[in-house]
Amino acid sequence: MNTAIMILVVMVGVGAVFGFILAFANKKFAMEVNPLINEVEDILPKGQCGACGFAGCAKYAEAVVEDPAVAPNLCVPGKAAVAAKVAELTGKKAEATEPHYARLKCRGTKTAAAAAYNYEGISDCAAAKLIQGGPKGCKFGCIGFGNCVQVCPFGAMHMGEDGLPIVDKEKCTGCGKCASTCPQSILELVPFTAKVSVDCSSHDKGAAARKLCTQACLGCGLCMRNCSHGAIKIEKNLAVVDMKICQEQCEEATCFAKCPTKAIQGLVKAAKEEQTA
Amino acid sequence: MFKSFLGGIHPNDGKRYSMDKAIETPPLPQQVVIPMSQHIGAPCTPTVKVGDHVKKGQLIGTSEAFMHADIHASISGDVVKIDMMPHSGRISCQAVIIKSDGLDEWADGLPMNRDWQTMEKQEILDAIKTAGIVGLGGATFPAHIKLAPQKPVDVLIINGAECEPYLTADYRLMLEESKRLVTGVQILQKVLGVKTCYIGIEDNKPKAVEMLQKAFQGIAGVEVAGLKTKYPQGAEKMLIKVITGREVPCGGLPMDVGAVVQNTGTTVAVADAVVRGIPIIDRITTVSGDAVKEPKNLKLRIGTTYREAIDFCGGFSDTPDKLLAGGPMMGMAQFTMDVPIMKGSSGILALTKKITEHGTESPCIRCGRCVEACPMGLIPSMLSILSERQDFVKAKEEYGLFNCVECGCCTYTCPAKRNIVQYIKHAKSVNQAIMAKERAKAAQNAKK
Repeated sequence: MNTAIMILVVMVGVGAVFGFILAFANKKFAMEVNPLINEVEDILPKGQCGACGFAGCAKYAEAVVEDPAVAPNLCVPGKAAVAAKVAELTGKKAEATEPHYARLKCRGTKTAAAAAYNYEGISDCAAAKLIQGGPKGCKFGCIGFGNCVQVCPFGAMHMGEDGLPIVDKEKCTGCGKCASTCPQSILELVPFTAKVSVDCSSHDKGAAARKLCTQACLGCGLCMRNCSHGAIKIEKNLAVVDMKICQEQCEEATCFAKCPTKAIQGLVKAAKEEQTA
Repeated sequence: MFKSFLGGIHPNDGKRYSMDKAIETPPLPQQVVIPMSQHIGAPCTPTVKVGDHVKKGQLIGTSEAFMHADIHASISGDVVKIDMMPHSGRISCQAVIIKSDGLDEWADGLPMNRDWQTMEKQEILDAIKTAGIVGLGGATFPAHIKLAPQKPVDVLIINGAECEPYLTADYRLMLEESKRLVTGVQILQKVLGVKTCYIGIEDNKPKAVEMLQKAFQGIAGVEVAGLKTKYPQGAEKMLIKVITGREVPCGGLPMDVGAVVQNTGTTVAVADAVVRGIPIIDRITTVSGDAVKEPKNLKLRIGTTYREAIDFCGGFSDTPDKLLAGGPMMGMAQFTMDVPIMKGSSGILALTKKITEHGTESPCIRCGRCVEACPMGLIPSMLSILSERQDFVKAKEEYGLFNCVECGCCTYTCPAKRNIVQYIKHAKSVNQAIMAKERAKAAQNAKK
């Protein structure tokens, strides 16, 4: 019984002594932190994605409060709502930002783009690319081991059954982490308002591209001729859309309608369908 | 007393398939595909145009970069196409395609008949450079650069170990071309100003040891060194350690310890280049494996496709599961038979499922077998784990990633069937990308 009391007294005593030391240190050696920084940090989405160009949310919060040159709208995942709040707290003016999402510029599913060989190595796109450019016949398309899915800080990507990653547009914040990870560089940040998208990255010549993938852009130029605004060009056997011209001038896109492989996709109609469904 | 090194493995050598087959020369190919990158260093640019008529041994590709080796036509005929073509080491590569005229004419002035003994050192080096000689063992390091070392060299090692299983090209060369080999060795000795020369041969080739001992009788300073049969006995660094007892420092070259190593095939090519003035237009390649009907050692023109080579060996006897450029330990798997033979193509292997099957990968069980097997004294298990965890920089800085020679001993011994070498190659490529980025950044800062 005595021992138990002794233990209790000693432990409480030790606790009290350290408690006083800590309380004293907290007052005496306190670092002056701008409380605004903590407030800003609380607003940020905490994805630690680095899309703002700083090493994590805390660093951005510090920079945006301390440095007048740092804009309040740099947090890509936070979009306009967070930008407005940060601007309000820091007394800066938030310019409007166009929200983006990541789009896979490849439709070469397992069935569409046949594998050139049987790959038995480690499950990593970059490692597989070292072996003859990846197992698929097409050397420009998605390798399909999901490096992008692994790095997505917001859980907005998952691997589809057909071997291509699927982006959840609602969860995607457009931070671009997947795009910078992809060894093929075929994930692109596309504005939500984009009207069309060329979902192929192959620079192979038409006949070769078709042999390697049924969904490939053949560089035939039909979309280019169907675009009345001159927004589409064929560069190295691949259609490239000038997003600025396309979004500003085009009322109703028809360029994609005649694409023989459906490599160029109309996005407005798809978006409408989604809304009605 | 046979010499050896620490670590290494004893795989089934598979040499019985082609060991006793004399070198054969298949009929002249109708067309050759000659890649512009057949060496370590900058790729060459074609010096010919479509429609040009070229002759055997004529220069068709060169580069202004220091690190390169010239490329020559291997048959006479017309250039029909210059395009991206399959390549055994990369996805595709610019290549000159020559359609044969069936005459097989030599370029003007070839072959010559020179007396190498009266030639100056620089003259010999120029002859080697003009002939576009590279290391024919597989690494394809330009020979004229290796033979002009920046540091004093006192020992020359001729690599006849041929430790890769299945390959017998160097072995047949030693048996059948020992006279040219002797000339080649003497030329190399003269160029390097080296008296001591060792010829390293593994003890599973007793005939070659005997043959060369006879051939080199009476030539001062040359010793045929028998080596224990163990993979990777023929790796440059192992060979130097075993024969001279010197250890090449981390990130160093053989010349740092006063040694130069040349492959037997390269030595014969040097003899040809200096005496007869002919560039590399053909090479001896072993076509083997349990899926090939009649494994053979072939003298193939550069640019012959794998398909033609395998067809000459009677095609496949069984369904091949894997086609390899090079040996089974370090060779690169191929997905098309249209890849051309290049200067570094020491072998073509077609193996059946029975041999290539290796089970599924599982996590490292930390048994340490790879550590015992690693001839470079690394910890392959840790390298693979760090690469898996994406801790690439730690692998480089704390575990000596770049000392790995990618010999494959670790993967061979791993009971968990881990693809250790692939993990390491991946980590190396990520580190190289990081270093390139840093260099670019530093260059940009320097500009400012």
